[in-house]
Amino acid sequence: MDARNKPRLVVIGNGMAGARAVEEILARGGAEQFTITVFGDEPYGNYNRILLSNVLAGSDDTSEIYLNPLDWYADNGIDLRAGVRAVRLDRFARIVHADDGTALRYDRLIIATGSRSFFPPIEGMWADDKTLLRGVFGFRSLDDCLSMIDESATRTRAVVVGGGLLGLEAARGLQQRGLTVDVVHSPATLMNAQLDDPAGAILRRSVEDLGITVHTGTATTGVRGADGCVTGVTFADGTGVDCDMLVVAAGIRPNVGLARGAGLTVQRAIVVDDHMRTIDDDRVYAVGECAEHRGQVYGLVAPLWEQAVVLADHLTGANPAARYHGSRTATKLKVAGVDVAAMGLKAPERPDDEFVQFSEPRLGIYKTIVIRDDKLVGATLLGDVRKVAFLMQAFDRGLPLPPERVSLLFDLGTPPVEVGAAELSDDAQVCNCNGVSKATLVACVQGGQQSVSGVMAATRAGKGCGSCKSLVTQIVEWAAGGAVADDPAGTWYVPGVPYPKPELMRLIRELELHSVSSVFAALVPDGREDAHSKMGLASLLHMMWGDEFVDEPDARFINDRVHANIQRDGTFSVVPQIQGGVTTADQLRRIADVAERYDVPMIKLTGGQRIDLLGIRKEDLPAVWADLGMPSGYAYGKSFRTVKTCVGSEFCRYGLGDSTALGIALEQRFQGIPGPAKMKLAVTGCPRNCAEALCKDLGVVAIEGGRWEIYVGGAAGAHIRKGDLLATVGTPAEVITLAGRFLQYYRENANWLERTYAWVPRTGIDTIRAVVVDDRDGLAAGLDAAMQKSVDAYREPWTDARQDDSDRYRTALPLIALPRVPVR
Amino acid sequence: MSGHVIGVLADIPIGEGRAFVVDGRQIAVYRMRDNSLRALDAACPHRGGPLADGLLDAGIVVCPLHGRGYDLGTGAESDGGPPACPHTATADADGTVRVVLGP
Ligand SMILES: Cc1cc2nc3c(=O)[nH]c(=O)nc-3n(C[C@H](O)[C@H](O)[C@H](O)COP(=O)(O)OP(=O)(O)OC[C@H]3O[C@@H](n4cnc5c(N)ncnc54)[C@H](O)[C@@H]3O)c2cc1C
Ligand code: SF4
Ligand code: FES
Repeated sequence: MDARNKPRLVVIGNGMAGARAVEEILARGGAEQFTITVFGDEPYGNYNRILLSNVLAGSDDTSEIYLNPLDWYADNGIDLRAGVRAVRLDRFARIVHADDGTALRYDRLIIATGSRSFFPPIEGMWADDKTLLRGVFGFRSLDDCLSMIDESATRTRAVVVGGGLLGLEAARGLQQRGLTVDVVHSPATLMNAQLDDPAGAILRRSVEDLGITVHTGTATTGVRGADGCVTGVTFADGTGVDCDMLVVAAGIRPNVGLARGAGLTVQRAIVVDDHMRTIDDDRVYAVGECAEHRGQVYGLVAPLWEQAVVLADHLTGANPAARYHGSRTATKLKVAGVDVAAMGLKAPERPDDEFVQFSEPRLGIYKTIVIRDDKLVGATLLGDVRKVAFLMQAFDRGLPLPPERVSLLFDLGTPPVEVGAAELSDDAQVCNCNGVSKATLVACVQGGQQSVSGVMAATRAGKGCGSCKSLVTQIVEWAAGGAVADDPAGTWYVPGVPYPKPELMRLIRELELHSVSSVFAALVPDGREDAHSKMGLASLLHMMWGDEFVDEPDARFINDRVHANIQRDGTFSVVPQIQGGVTTADQLRRIADVAERYDVPMIKLTGGQRIDLLGIRKEDLPAVWADLGMPSGYAYGKSFRTVKTCVGSEFCRYGLGDSTALGIALEQRFQGIPGPAKMKLAVTGCPRNCAEALCKDLGVVAIEGGRWEIYVGGAAGAHIRKGDLLATVGTPAEVITLAGRFLQYYRENANWLERTYAWVPRTGIDTIRAVVVDDRDGLAAGLDAAMQKSVDAYREPWTDARQDDSDRYRTALPLIALPRVPVR
Repeated sequence: MSGHVIGVLADIPIGEGRAFVVDGRQIAVYRMRDNSLRALDAACPHRGGPLADGLLDAGIVVCPLHGRGYDLGTGAESDGGPPACPHTATADADGTVRVVLGP
């Protein structure tokens, strides 16, 4: 049929629901049936709104969140009017009027206008009728997100009004951008729409542990401003908080103006029937957050996927009987890094409802289930959501429950993992962010995708908030019947050499491969080198061979070639060694002289108590080292980094042990030792823990009685984890021995780039203790000897490099004047 | 022989890249393990990272800033991102290195 005769389908709103509806329509041959035009207010293709949280936090790039880029519309013959807003709908003439003057006639219309941020009436928030005070933001669109990112660069204190999902995500994002953040929530419980009071309290602790201040039961009544910029907020009780940035995440309101103006029935949102059609007009459908179905308006994506399927079935005639029956809102989210799942009732409502509750506030874990007549009618999981797949299914379909209810909350004994994947029904939604069901994953495996990453790429499962990745993996493994050509690469130490670490190490040893190029030549079938594997191999060989390692510069990451850390503009940062964070006037003077002599744009004290000279030109590096006359602080390698210390017993009136002396001893011994990832240590003089030893790869705490506790596997970076207690010992010498043995065991067994916070729980602290402390497997002597070999092989890289007269330090961007950062 | 003379083969260590200014543009030239040469624009199309400082294999160079991979022949980015502009670099028998600029 030629285009002029095809009926025209117009879609208003190019968000998650509108675009998904179009995808479902195309999947049913809709392109042959309709000429399709989409109006989208936002000047982009369609992106995954959920990931705005990650964009704000800086963990995703804006280019990574597109679901359908502009090309996709062109490739599918869809006329996308991006950046064009529909302003009036004339249902009788069947015309959509847009703000660019277009008037477009439709045969079928889909309204998918979503929601907008709700700004509660707060005194002082608006500069005028239409403009918010400078520094005040909503959090809904990519543009909101980008302007917040811009603004945050020059701001230091943010207040977020609203402690629901959005508010907490905004708070985390801004905090990761370096702002001090307060969340102000007027109900008593965080995320009160999903969580009961104890769960809210535990979430609050987890959020506060991130360093975010939380005010609950506090209503924001006023916004203070000066010179047109926000300066603070005031609360109902007269108190307040100062801030230079304010994010309002106090709820959303459906965009229904257009529909209301056209005479469609609007209650809380546009009222639709079970076909997702408006009740007033058979030609007009509504889908997503702007639609109200049987009194429900949904504010999460999972229901939208189901709505889009029904709409497409009905609109294309693929299945005219398709009906939407509403979604049971079982949600699984990641909020400020904490896993949250909630479905149905938060608490028992009837006297004979069963209520099972488990709470471990210290670990941030809370789980409840509500059972009525032997059916699951509600569940809340916080911190540990491993059982969520089964619970969601039991909740959706009223499955019979096991008599020992506790097994609903925990894996008791060892129920084989496959049972979880096997017992899940085919239509169970696995990835809520992208609406991928178990059946889709299975079909993808049967269609030939044999690896987890391949299935994820093909279906988009796990590409949203990421909380479903482990379930996706289980299902793919199950569907491939164990015969998973299963990311063969998944078990390899590096992607380009087909062996897991233990086997690789055995072969390297047997064949005596001392260089990266010899490993490729001997162990890769066609001898192909792989750029992505070089760094991991160089690190492994360095660790295994010590001074017998043949160091090939072309196998080294730039940081290791030039012994400094590359920065965003191609300059480098230089961190001289300051053992244990203890320095002298002479060192400081030399550092200051160098900073002046080389116009160092920024001198920064690091989190590890070192001094960082940032913005050094590559060609200046050797001269800078020569002038410093200090050894390298190794702030650039996948290697032993620093030992942070507190002042300890020498000066502190609480000190129980000489933490600085031990810290310096540790740093002297393990300086520059390469490993699978960086290793950061700390020693603190008493349990007040000023050096933050509990969140280090290895942390030592002096305790009463002259004894020392050793913690391992802690982290306080992208992940927060308290270390596990490895041992308590009586002398610094024992600390040094066990630290070396532990680090060596880690170096030999961890995957490339696997930090101790992942490796320790994966291996199990009991196993590690058995090997490292109790020498159960008789490995201790070997580990100690291997570590000693590495210690002996240490060579100070800056001294060596100063002799290097090659052109290694020539600029790599000859036409750009570096540094390109502001000098402070 | 055509092309801009930029130096001699020995200026570039095997398996590495070095940056040169050619006709007002900055070009990264790589010397492969078989002594053949490749050349791309020296600034990464992503955020301007120094591609001459990248790790390479027979097929691609990996930008040191965010790890995007660029085909040393075509400049195509491994995951379909914006490509780097490719150029042609050759060595004469006496080791003189010449670059013919791409588009
Ligand atoms: C930061 C953030 C994090 C989130 N996290 C989660 C999460 O973890 N899990 C979850 O389930 N949900 C989450 N959500 C909610 C989820 O994103 C929404 O439920 C979903 O996007 C709703 O889809 P929609 O198509 O109805 O609306 P939208 O995605 O908002 O799309 C509506 C589109 O219509 C356009 N539009 C409106 N009016 C017009 C007009 N007149 N003319 C032309 N275009 C118009 C708008 O500009 C917009 O692009 C999050 C939301 C945000 C903002
Ligand atoms: S950790 Fe203890 S000993 Fe060390 S500075 Fe703090 S209070 Fe003093
Ligand atoms: S600048 Fe090259 S990958 Fe980002």
